Amino acid sequence: MEQVLLGLAALVLSGLAALVLQRAAKLAALVATGGAVLGSAIALVPVLRALTGGEAPSLHAAWSVPYGSLSLELDALSALFAGIVLVLSPLAWIQGVGRLVALEGKRSLGPPLFFQNLLAASMVLVVIARNGVLFLLAWEVMFTASFFLVTFHDDDESVRDAGWTYLVATHLGTAFLFGLFVLLGAGSQSFDFDRLAAAPHTPVATGLAFVFALVGFGTKAGFVPLHSWLPGAYPAAPHHVTAVLSGAMSKMGIYGIARFLTLLGPPPAWWGWVLVGVGLTSGLFGIISALAQKDLKRFLGFSSIENVGVVALGLGVGVIGQATGHPVVAVMGHGGALLHVINHAMMKGLLFLSAGSIADATGTREMEKQGGLLKRMPRTGSAFLVGAVAISALPPLNGFASELLIYLGAAREATLGSTSTAVHGLAVIGALALMGGLAAAAFTRVSGAILLGEPRTDAVGRASEPSLLAGAPIFVLAAACLALGLGAQVVLEAIAPALSLVRASLGFATGPLAYVVVASCALLLLVALLATLRLALLSGRRVEAAGTWDCGYVRPTARIQYTASSFAQPLVELFSGALRTRRSTVLPAGIFPKEASHATETPDALTEEVYRPVFTAIRSALVRLHGLQGGRLQVYVLYIALTLLFLLIFQL
Amino acid sequence: MSPATLIPPILALVLAPFLLAIVNRTKAAFAGRRGQPWLQQYYDLAKLLRKGAVYSRTTTWVFRAGPIVSLAAVLVATAIVPLGGARAPLSFEGDIVLLAYLLGVVRFFTVLAALDTGSPFEGMGASREVQFSALAEPALLLGLAALARLTGKLSLSEIVATISGDPRATWFAEGPALVFVVVALAIVFLAENARIPVDDPNTHLELTMIHEVMVLDHGGVDLAFIEYGAALKLWVLGSIVVGLVLPVRTGAVLVDALVTVLGLGALAVATGAVESSMARLRLLRVPQLLVGAGAFSALALIFILMPR
Amino acid sequence: MGFIEILLVLVIVTDLALLGASRINSCIRFAAAQGILLGVLTLVSGAEGHTLRGIALAIVSAGVKGVLFPALMTRAIREARVRREIEPVVGYTTSVLVGVASLAVSLWISSRLPLVRPAASTLVVPTAFTTILVGLFLILSRKKALNQVTGYLVLENGIYSFGVALVEAPFLVELGVLLDVFVAVFVMGITIFHINRTFDRIDTDLLSSLKD
Repeated sequence: MEQVLLGLAALVLSGLAALVLQRAAKLAALVATGGAVLGSAIALVPVLRALTGGEAPSLHAAWSVPYGSLSLELDALSALFAGIVLVLSPLAWIQGVGRLVALEGKRSLGPPLFFQNLLAASMVLVVIARNGVLFLLAWEVMFTASFFLVTFHDDDESVRDAGWTYLVATHLGTAFLFGLFVLLGAGSQSFDFDRLAAAPHTPVATGLAFVFALVGFGTKAGFVPLHSWLPGAYPAAPHHVTAVLSGAMSKMGIYGIARFLTLLGPPPAWWGWVLVGVGLTSGLFGIISALAQKDLKRFLGFSSIENVGVVALGLGVGVIGQATGHPVVAVMGHGGALLHVINHAMMKGLLFLSAGSIADATGTREMEKQGGLLKRMPRTGSAFLVGAVAISALPPLNGFASELLIYLGAAREATLGSTSTAVHGLAVIGALALMGGLAAAAFTRVSGAILLGEPRTDAVGRASEPSLLAGAPIFVLAAACLALGLGAQVVLEAIAPALSLVRASLGFATGPLAYVVVASCALLLLVALLATLRLALLSGRRVEAAGTWDCGYVRPTARIQYTASSFAQPLVELFSGALRTRRSTVLPAGIFPKEASHATETPDALTEEVYRPVFTAIRSALVRLHGLQGGRLQVYVLYIALTLLFLLIFQL
Repeated sequence: MSPATLIPPILALVLAPFLLAIVNRTKAAFAGRRGQPWLQQYYDLAKLLRKGAVYSRTTTWVFRAGPIVSLAAVLVATAIVPLGGARAPLSFEGDIVLLAYLLGVVRFFTVLAALDTGSPFEGMGASREVQFSALAEPALLLGLAALARLTGKLSLSEIVATISGDPRATWFAEGPALVFVVVALAIVFLAENARIPVDDPNTHLELTMIHEVMVLDHGGVDLAFIEYGAALKLWVLGSIVVGLVLPVRTGAVLVDALVTVLGLGALAVATGAVESSMARLRLLRVPQLLVGAGAFSALALIFILMPR
Repeated sequence: MGFIEILLVLVIVTDLALLGASRINSCIRFAAAQGILLGVLTLVSGAEGHTLRGIALAIVSAGVKGVLFPALMTRAIREARVRREIEPVVGYTTSVLVGVASLAVSLWISSRLPLVRPAASTLVVPTAFTTILVGLFLILSRKKALNQVTGYLVLENGIYSFGVALVEAPFLVELGVLLDVFVAVFVMGITIFHINRTFDRIDTDLLSSLKD
């Protein structure tokens, strides 16, 4: 445990040093990033040991704060999430160095460097905290650090807006977490987790606590309908920070729910239904909205919503498995969910980092303006493609392994369980199948629009590869995606302690994974064989280059290519009921039509339909209170006096 | 894995192109023509494999990798499907999911290769392909889930073996449900293989094509890979359908396999008959057909889960 | 899996086909097919099938619903020169999904419904319920007057299949409902002509412009 704390201290201190050294931007960046790498490496050692079945180190110390204590523990579940933070964040910070240093002179670089390291440290503290007060403290520090990173480009109005939404949404969520701890700790003197677990609770209280946890943690994870901050905040943050927000920070919400599920003993079945309901809506809404997006990072943000939906589906399957006494289903559901957390962190990190490089190189996040980048940025582009295949859950990469486990759990429910359990499993299967197809559509769309074909603007045509430093983290993550895919069985066995379930059932989950690895290897081998065959056949023959078949059209331009919007149009049209796409069209008119245009924009449907009206109503109600805020000191003194008087009378 | 399990994939590899010949001969018979030689598909493949290549200057490695990865994925998929009672070499709990996602790999790379050319036609075909397959996926997986519930098994070989091994417990007891599953899978079979009423393999106008337009720019060896892969895909999905509607099990693996092969031939004749007797659906109606297939799968599940 | 079940499954399939059909003509044809199926069902279901009254009921209902009404409606289409597309309020795809959902709901309801007399098949009650729900949905979600008549017809089919399977004297129930539908068809027929003459279209939406 001391080693973990040492690592965290290295993170925070190097951040502080960067704050002091901020006049020398390069040095500050070197110190902060170096500290982040070093600190993460130090902390990663005990984390990996705890994850692979070692003893869970813990630390208890008194704390003068009421209900608080300095209780820390690094069990397997904590280690899993801490591991994600400690792997992903240094990689992202390395990629960000160049991006930040380029801003030297325009902005002070101390704060972002400091908050980056603080964010990483606070996330680790969140997962090892074992006391409610300490947990909430870490949670708030995590929010603060991420808030200042999201609003880094605060001269942009949309960024400020996104920041405020993030602030309000997070605090509404955190309010539920306060409620959660108060509810569970009502009888005891301390908010230590083991006390919370040991205290007797009525079913109503645990049920309410579950709802509070789901809302509080779900806001961070980005469950629909609590996601409204996410499509704004992800694009607003610097590119490498978004990778961590999506890959690691949204997983803190998942961690909270997973921890809560282990806290109060075997969960009742209805939790599983609620989780699957949440997963279904998040997954489908996320991917359908993603299909309609044109901003690359907004698109990836909606895809993150889909993926936390997949995780929720897995947790739901696991809970039903526990509640109905099917340990195999429980292992598959929870195992699939946790594996997907790891996988998603890696592949979404990869996608956001490579998308960041692409946005830097082309100067735009708009996918309609890009195109042909695989020729201009072959390494980054190929890495992005790896991420796209992985996140579409296609073998042999990692996304498939975790989704397969969730499928397997659901299929077991569907084949062996009672009617209601079967319906639960079938809902998961249907949802995953539809989401799989739509995810493939979404990611072929974005890959095609930005990487393939011809560049749609000159600036994009001049794009080139980023520096080796910015490129390296991307390749590490791409390699991780392949390794996690082929090593899924090993990884699942390694994270088995985090499941804290019946280990005997693990074989049912690892068995199919072993076959999948065989099939994946066969696939890769066949690809190699066929590629060799093709080369052998073509050697010595004429291989020419020509233009694309243009149907006899004489002057094709890059603008006649199918755009991302036109690619998605049939599906967007099909699901128009769930989207709020705005269209503005100028039809060609006259015999020699000059101008015609068609533009679409798809804002977040829920924000438009629910939150905006509600908050507008609240605002117009509260405007009436403006009179109270007169601005005169005397009046304020009067308020204070009246309040004190009231409290005094109240006490009498 | 016994040597007998190698029979289904070997038959698939050898005979798959022949299915297309049967479809074409059936269509010719309907049209009053004599039709192409029985081995025309093989001649075509041989001819294509002997050719050089012309690549568009727009394309990248994705375009060259598309046919290779697609064919490799279909080849792995052929190792999963049984032929009636004859089990497949790769059979495990949940192989149905792997099968569906391997077909996803095929689609993903075909679509990417199409987009790589920058051609608006190929983009159009790709867009339609992803739309239709996204809707076909739930129909396929829910249909297979219905079979899993019915048989209590989770691997394709065991599901088909159970149904063909004991038709009395399956077809007689759960007739309506099985009929619905077969209808759903048959629609998926037609849609995934780009046949009428979803797509017309013989169309000659780029604007109306789906699968054919995506491979417009491929030629030579690449096209041979694609054509062979398409034939195998027809075989793979076809043998699932036939495995259900032809519950024959004699005990002798070879006989079982041959009966299913004959069934596949009959399926090819039926496909040809459908193609000769009906027009392609309007593109706007295709999603309805596919959602209908999903509805049939759901109906089957409802009947299976029905309290009684 | 007896003959009755096959019939009932076919009734459910016609329900779904009605929801997915985009042409008025095919809608009418499906409704007619359903009427004939239910006529056959009367014959084979144990309750009334083998009495003279039962046979008469089967023939009359199949004749009226399978031949007479469709003929009347096809004529109305021809005379009024209606556009053949349905123009639904709720899309076809969604409609089919609603149909599947209503079947699931019906199965659930019928599993907890206490029955005085065991039905000829466990499928009878769910099928009847589904058909009623589908009929209601058709009335609610289609704009054209003719489609709403089809909806009434389907609704009536649902009630009828309930009657055949469960009620002691389905004849009375059936007769009453049939009479209502008959009136409905005529009133609709007349209204269609009038709406058509006034507006050149037969969307019932247009009736709302008559208020005030």
